[in-house]
Amino acid sequence: METPIVSLNGVTFQYDGQERKALNQVSFDIYDGEWLTIVGHNGSGKSTLAKLLIGLQFPSEGEITVCGIKLNEENIWDIRKKIGMVFQNPDNQFVGTTVQDDVAFGLENMGIPREEMVHRVEDSLKKVNMTQFLHQEPHHLSGGQKQRVAIAGVLALRPAIIILDEATSMLDPRGREEVVETVRALQDEKSLTVISITHDLEEAAKADRMIVMNKGELFREGTPEEIFSMDEQLIQLGLDIPFSVKMAKAFRSAGIPLSKHYLSEEELVTELWTSRSRM
Amino acid sequence: MDISLSHVDYRYQVNTPFERLAIQDVSIDIPSGTYMAIIGHTGSGKSTVLQHLNALLVPSEGVVAIGNREIKAHQKNKNLRQVRQRVGIVFQFPEHQLFEETVEKDIMFGPMNFGVTEAEAKKRALIALKQVGLAEEILEKSPFDLSGGQMRRVAIAGVLAMDPDVLVLDEPTAGLDPRGRKEIMEMFYALHKERQLSTILVTHSMEDAASYADQIVIMQQGKVVKQGTPEEIFSSPADLVRMGLDVPEVVRFQLKLEEKWGTKFEKIFLSIDQLSAAIAKQLGRGVES
Repeated sequence: METPIVSLNGVTFQYDGQERKALNQVSFDIYDGEWLTIVGHNGSGKSTLAKLLIGLQFPSEGEITVCGIKLNEENIWDIRKKIGMVFQNPDNQFVGTTVQDDVAFGLENMGIPREEMVHRVEDSLKKVNMTQFLHQEPHHLSGGQKQRVAIAGVLALRPAIIILDEATSMLDPRGREEVVETVRALQDEKSLTVISITHDLEEAAKADRMIVMNKGELFREGTPEEIFSMDEQLIQLGLDIPFSVKMAKAFRSAGIPLSKHYLSEEELVTELWTSRSRM
Repeated sequence: MDISLSHVDYRYQVNTPFERLAIQDVSIDIPSGTYMAIIGHTGSGKSTVLQHLNALLVPSEGVVAIGNREIKAHQKNKNLRQVRQRVGIVFQFPEHQLFEETVEKDIMFGPMNFGVTEAEAKKRALIALKQVGLAEEILEKSPFDLSGGQMRRVAIAGVLAMDPDVLVLDEPTAGLDPRGRKEIMEMFYALHKERQLSTILVTHSMEDAASYADQIVIMQQGKVVKQGTPEEIFSSPADLVRMGLDVPEVVRFQLKLEEKWGTKFEKIFLSIDQLSAAIAKQLGRGVES
């Protein structure tokens, strides 16, 4: 997993008419097959980053390399075949009148032969567990189901990378879980690289690696464990700390010793169980 | 201002093949000054209930009482303007409704629409702007030049400027970062106390429901399935889990621990500090014996 599939090198971007740079000298690598989560306060540059990765905007300085190709205006269509994106609002990205039409839309755009198309539509809906909804109209679907169809639409194009830009933020807890589980399953079974942009720390905790953005700059990168040990600093950055960290803190101040700084909820439960059985 | 729904049904697209019963036999009492959270899945009927609270929808069966005004099924309900002025609704992603050239004009639109004079609306705009924590300087800016968080606050100010007695909030923090979320929730709570409002919060966040609400209503498939104080609602977490709803993180943790330990605590704790104290006590007691 140590080959970078995406590299950002000194990437800077400024929107027209804005005084502040949306991104300032951002450099990091994304590795093949990993699940990377990008967190940061509103306006920290997360979504701008996503827009640059799929070439909706171009950096004013620095460069982005995707699958070995340096991104520019000429090769943007090749890059977009490699990266798929799922947006925040489930209703804004449903273009077909039925589930299968929606998934077929991208394929039609790419001129995929019909036979292949039928196969791919079915295959990708199977992956997100939505085959039974083939002929359903969008208004019969829940938010989580719509987002899963959006993911299928992306998968049908066989990208190497999928970007989820706050794809779960408009969903209820059940929908959120459906989407996260779907992505996890996909990522487990084949080498799909997942970049997820989110405010949901419980979701971020499940990633392999995290990046924290602050005011357009890369503030920190590391494993969820490393990031969550930043504690109060995360709150100063406009973020929050996950529940298990808050709980662990309360235990310490109540005089219950804990072995590690960061423990997931399950680890905490196990640890308390051990200290209880030791008595 | 008291609001109550009694035995309310609502059908969408009556007399068409698409007719659908969205809510059924819903009875909810919201006495003046209550902070009520309404929880339920997408499609549970929350938004339909919400739209009855200021007569955007008129019940197909039953009665909605808003203050001393009754809105009944099967009759013409005229002059709803006053009701709508007193019950302000902050819809989901309210910033999508901004449209004026300047922040000030946008905030003034609501009150002026309800017949307030321009001078008074200007005054109210400034007050509302301060209430949502924004600086006076942005009054002259275009709302579209603001950040997402600021736009949301301007949109909320537009509702506050109508000087409502009841504030209805539909997922007011969706899409905000954790700090923004906390600030907005704290702001509504402060307003609730200060202006003695009734607040009705539609949310997916059990944390918010547990920390702010006096009363929680749980909806499922168009019906009210549970109603009570946060303590009452969360002390039978199994019901919530069965309905596929979340329980607050701290309750979830307590349940996991109880399962692992094979014992039950004397009650459900709604705050981290209470729970950790209870656990410390358990562990401590174990050492002594």
